[in-house]
Amino acid sequence: MTVHQTLPGDETSPAYNYAYLDEQTKRMIRRALLKAVAVPGYQVPFGSREMPLARGWGTGGIQVTAAIIGPQDTLKVIDQGADDTTNAVSIRRFFEKTADARTTEATEQATIIQTRHRIPEAPLQAGQIMVYQVPQPEPLRKLEPREAETRKMHAWAEYGLMQVKLYENIARFGEVTTTYDYPVMVNGRYIMAPSPIPKFDNPKMHMSPALQLFGAGREKRIYALPPHTSVRSLDFEDHPFRIQSWNEPCALCAATDSYLDEVVIDDQGSRMFVCSDSHHCETRRAAGHRGAMLGDAAASGLVASEESTS
Amino acid sequence: MYVAVKGGEAAILATHERVAEARRGDAAVPEISVAQIREQQALACARVMNEGSLYDADLAALALKQAQGDVIEAAFLMRAYRTTLPRFGSSEPLDTAKMAIRRRVSATYKDLPGGQVLGPTYDYTHRLFDFALMDEGAPSVMVGPDPTTSGREGASGANASGVARVEPEHDGLHAPLDAHMPRVPDILGAEGLMEPEIAPEGDPRPFDLTREPVSFPADRDVRLQAMARGDEGFLLGLGYSVQRGFGGNHPFVGEIRVGEVSVEFVPEELGFAVDLGEITLTECQMVNQFAGSKDVPPQFTRGYGLAFGHSERKAMSMSLVDRALKAREFGEAAEYPAQQDEFVLYHSDNVEAAGFVEHLKLPHYVDFQGELELIRRIRREREARLAAEPETLPEAAE
Repeated sequence: MTVHQTLPGDETSPAYNYAYLDEQTKRMIRRALLKAVAVPGYQVPFGSREMPLARGWGTGGIQVTAAIIGPQDTLKVIDQGADDTTNAVSIRRFFEKTADARTTEATEQATIIQTRHRIPEAPLQAGQIMVYQVPQPEPLRKLEPREAETRKMHAWAEYGLMQVKLYENIARFGEVTTTYDYPVMVNGRYIMAPSPIPKFDNPKMHMSPALQLFGAGREKRIYALPPHTSVRSLDFEDHPFRIQSWNEPCALCAATDSYLDEVVIDDQGSRMFVCSDSHHCETRRAAGHRGAMLGDAAASGLVASEESTS
Repeated sequence: MYVAVKGGEAAILATHERVAEARRGDAAVPEISVAQIREQQALACARVMNEGSLYDADLAALALKQAQGDVIEAAFLMRAYRTTLPRFGSSEPLDTAKMAIRRRVSATYKDLPGGQVLGPTYDYTHRLFDFALMDEGAPSVMVGPDPTTSGREGASGANASGVARVEPEHDGLHAPLDAHMPRVPDILGAEGLMEPEIAPEGDPRPFDLTREPVSFPADRDVRLQAMARGDEGFLLGLGYSVQRGFGGNHPFVGEIRVGEVSVEFVPEELGFAVDLGEITLTECQMVNQFAGSKDVPPQFTRGYGLAFGHSERKAMSMSLVDRALKAREFGEAAEYPAQQDEFVLYHSDNVEAAGFVEHLKLPHYVDFQGELELIRRIRREREARLAAEPETLPEAAE
């Protein structure tokens, strides 16, 4: 009955355990995490709990974070690379409320980074943990809808179907047309879904010094990449894997090597391209990098004006 | 934009206020109470208890109030609460043969021990508005707008099929019913015509799909559990598909019974069963043909449905799909959706389905940017190629 102790002086609202999940559930998730770390890229089934946030909105990542977070941790939550997108705000508030979490927007200060759809631009460091929210953990699902079959395919490393799919892409379009959730081969053994990060981010997973954990709440699977694990994006010798590139730099910080979002700025279809990693962009601006449209953006309220941030 | 760089947090707080306003509606109209919902919207509460997997009529009513009557949102509230509750043990198996019957009908027998009991049902009402219900001051009405459709005489008058009738000796709803109401499949079973229900070897504790991940092929305890919390509409559609030919069974309603069953629990320190209270259940047992096989003589096979509260549509749909999902056990080809456990179990959970469908509202612009970049480049290359040679390109995948 530890879960439902009432707070002293508050007879009506039941107290939830630290980080929401009860300790037994956390232990169950940690066991799954240990197994996942021991077998990189293998999808470990786990007793995913029903969460007070909706399925598909990060319940897998939230459960992983809840199972590993402690009072000494600093948490960063991003969605689309930004700390202030609505669902990132919502998840950060959840941990501030339930785990008294110390939070940050600074990538280098975070011990745990929960993410949806991006890996930060700043290189990850040893000791940091990336927690990915995963909608569909099975990279073969679109090729074979039955779980009973895909588990066998992984067991036998029978990945010909995936190679054929990539080949057909190249035959029809001259290139692989998967732009996100681009399948990777982990440690030379398991094909793994990197979650819907753009393929631009795939190389960041390879030999990363950080621990990378993946939680799929609705599909009840956990998988992991221990530090310094080989992660190879699938390709062919004559059609090597390549990432997205842009013809122009970030309009705010002039970065030429970051993933850019396209923002439509008027009804004539004019656009600007800005860093998707909001912290990376702010850090560069603070260091004095100025993009072509920084003045306009500050005037229109798209970014906080330089005066107020410095 | 979702986020004007620093707007996300303020917007979320503001939306909480807006939803509270919308929930209350016009402040000139009196606020509805949880007790009113529990007593007067009991069928909605039953659905929330089923799909929320928690028998608590007060919480179901609160969930409906908080969710503005959105049943799936209300079930979600129930589940998010249920998941935090400690498990202190399992009850003794319920005995529905000992149910305090409110309603019990069989379509397979004209009469049977215990009789047919119509009880409360909309089956023989005419779906005409009862405008008297708009007049809030009116005394409570016990029968529907047309007394011939739900009173005793009415029931026999409307009983053209002869399937269901009120036992003449039962004086309305309040006369005592027979204490003994054998379940219809048990009657067939006594003759050896019904597929026996035998617990798996060792009678293991049933699987708990809220604590363990499901694997496939799924056993019947898992399937029944998933369907008991599954979406009524989804199961109705699947059950209907079986009837229409997307599945091979011809079902009869062996019996539907609605009533109260007591829940007993054996505390370790006592060592004997203690009555925890009563819950209202609806049980449906469908009788299906089975031609038999090399090893098994022809017999009837069972589809089973059980639901909290008065939930006949749910229990019937569940029993149709339960039988369809037994295809593998009977060596039948599993050709149709209702016969495939992965399809049924993965997609019947409306809280999970709603979450994933609605997550499409979340920003996806990083991935979309990747698609934009790709489609622009492919189009440029295509135009260049078309300019060179007139050949059409197949549609882009996905």
